[in-house]
Amino acid sequence: MLRLNLVLVFLLVVCALGLVTSQDRARKLFGDVERAHAQASRLEVQWDQLQIEQTVLAKASRIDTKARRELSMESISPQRTLHLVVDPVERVVRLGSTAPAEAAGAR
Amino acid sequence: MARRTRRNVPIASNPLLQVRLPAYRSQLVMLFVAVAFVALAARTVWLQVFSQGYLQQQGELRYGRTIELPASRGKIFDRNGVVLASSLPARAVWAIPEQVEATPQQFAELAKLLGTSERELRGRLAQAADRSFVYLKRQVDADVAERVAALRIAGIHQQREYKRHYPQGETIAHVVGFTNVEDIGQEGVELAKNPDLAGKPGSRRVIRDRYGRVVENVEAVREPHNGRDLALSIDSTIQFLAFDALRDAVHEHKAKAGAAVVLDVHTGEILALANWPTYNPNERGQLTGAQLRNRAITDTFEPGSTMKPFTAALALELGQVRPDTVIQTAPGRLKIGSATIGDAHPHGLLTIEQIVQKSSNVGTAKMALAMPAERMWEMFSSVGLGQAPRIGFPGAVAGRLRPYRSWKPIEQATMSYGYGLSVSLLQLARAYTVFATDGELLPVSMFKHDDAVGGERIVTPATARAVRHMLELAAGPGGTAPQAQISGYRVAGKTGTAHKRDGRQYVNKYIASFVGFAPVSDPRVIVAVMIDEPTAGKYYGGTVAAPVFARIAGDTLRTLRVPPDSTVVKLEVPTSAAGHDAGAAL
Repeated sequence: MLRLNLVLVFLLVVCALGLVTSQDRARKLFGDVERAHAQASRLEVQWDQLQIEQTVLAKASRIDTKARRELSMESISPQRTLHLVVDPVERVVRLGSTAPAEAAGAR
Repeated sequence: MARRTRRNVPIASNPLLQVRLPAYRSQLVMLFVAVAFVALAARTVWLQVFSQGYLQQQGELRYGRTIELPASRGKIFDRNGVVLASSLPARAVWAIPEQVEATPQQFAELAKLLGTSERELRGRLAQAADRSFVYLKRQVDADVAERVAALRIAGIHQQREYKRHYPQGETIAHVVGFTNVEDIGQEGVELAKNPDLAGKPGSRRVIRDRYGRVVENVEAVREPHNGRDLALSIDSTIQFLAFDALRDAVHEHKAKAGAAVVLDVHTGEILALANWPTYNPNERGQLTGAQLRNRAITDTFEPGSTMKPFTAALALELGQVRPDTVIQTAPGRLKIGSATIGDAHPHGLLTIEQIVQKSSNVGTAKMALAMPAERMWEMFSSVGLGQAPRIGFPGAVAGRLRPYRSWKPIEQATMSYGYGLSVSLLQLARAYTVFATDGELLPVSMFKHDDAVGGERIVTPATARAVRHMLELAAGPGGTAPQAQISGYRVAGKTGTAHKRDGRQYVNKYIASFVGFAPVSDPRVIVAVMIDEPTAGKYYGGTVAAPVFARIAGDTLRTLRVPPDSTVVKLEVPTSAAGHDAGAAL
């Protein structure tokens, strides 16, 4: 009888310690999850921020002025455009229907 | 000796124990111990069973917190995933006036961070001295808010909120709209799609330890639902091209306002919708109604000559005329009842094609007077006149198309060339899908969808093709709008120059418009342009609106990489709008 009680007391102590450690681990893991969540939302905000920044920097109006002023580029004009057409059958590239300036008013 | 004896005596024989005590004494002790245990047990039961709820509640009051889980508002993208509107966390800085304690130096710093003067800030606090809450500034950017917090001024607090950013700014302000500081849509798509865009915040109940760290969730978490992201049909590149061309034109012609619409002929999607004047949705200091109006959708005007192709199409449908039927338009005036209508330039005998090409009022009126009013009304209303287009946009107007029973002959005549009825620019652009497709009216959409849509058949393919040819002539060297031509593409379109009305009187103010599409061999885009009150001398649709059309349509087709369908690269633009032979370039 006494021996059985001793075994039960021992088991009880083991279980109690197990409960304490698992509770502790659960709290630690919960803390990790919390931190991970916080980081996730931080990164999300950062992503939004960068997305906006990228859009602002890549705005058509900004590119347009930069290209014109700083790089002195010009809009494409058909007079100086050669259209290349890929022949679907022979897979070769040939000049498109729009010829350069000489063709003006040909018809 | 006696000591030794005592030591050797076994305990049991200790004389003290020999004393007989009454049994009740030990029983009494036992009873006390038992009562003590029972009391403990009772107390346990009391705490664990009967007052459990109360105690748990008290515990939670001390350590439990409900944390709001904010939901972000959905983003708005263009058709290629470019951000048009997006929210970032911001802070509202607020104060409890009577608790505010700050050194003058701190105060100056705070005023600087919040972008006001020290005096104004003090005034604000003094004014609200009897209240326990006053906003100092809302929508403060997160980094500024952090520096405000770093000042550690007593009585100054912060609250999380969201700030909406519009990176594309004024170019697309009228389509996207904006939200107020409470993150509720006020204009444009932000207003129309507010229920979709707005998120539903969640919450969770947690227990915090004494350091304020969250230890565990108490109840199930009510998940926040973020707002849905929206993809508009707008292409921000084309939008910019249209906006830029429109702005330049309004400045050049010293006009009051302008609007432009670009439609995709395959899907009915709105690729661009530009307005001038505009505003910057990020800096909404003083906004006027004129800046806010999305003219292309909410303003109607008398379309003028841009209606003529529909009259011609109906005449062809009814079998009254063929494209080469000749009508006498001399002497350029026509008396109907007591009123007289006239042409800007008198012409003689004109075919139906030429009537549209040269935009003859007399010729169109003669066609219209030969047809039943009911059929004309049916035609106009079937292409969407008098009905607000269903695009899910606030303030889309229906325009005016009176019932045919009340038409007088003079009204039927003037309506045939676009007076006495009113449309919005978007309605007009949509109506032209009939000619850009083979006779089908497409539903227009502000939201991205990639499937080709089925339209509603309005006229036969043969009629549509015939009118398309007339429109190509109108945009050619012999037409009213040779300046609408684009090198490399065949274009078709119709000008409109409408007198504005002031009350019941027509005044010498004009709305110049042009609606057209390109390339003619397989139409891809419809572009409609409207310039309100050009005052720099020119006011004809052909000279004011057509060049804007050419610039927008050309840039759009090149952006969409539409292969050219014309070999002509140098355009012949006669000096007078209605001169020269028609055959040279097209």
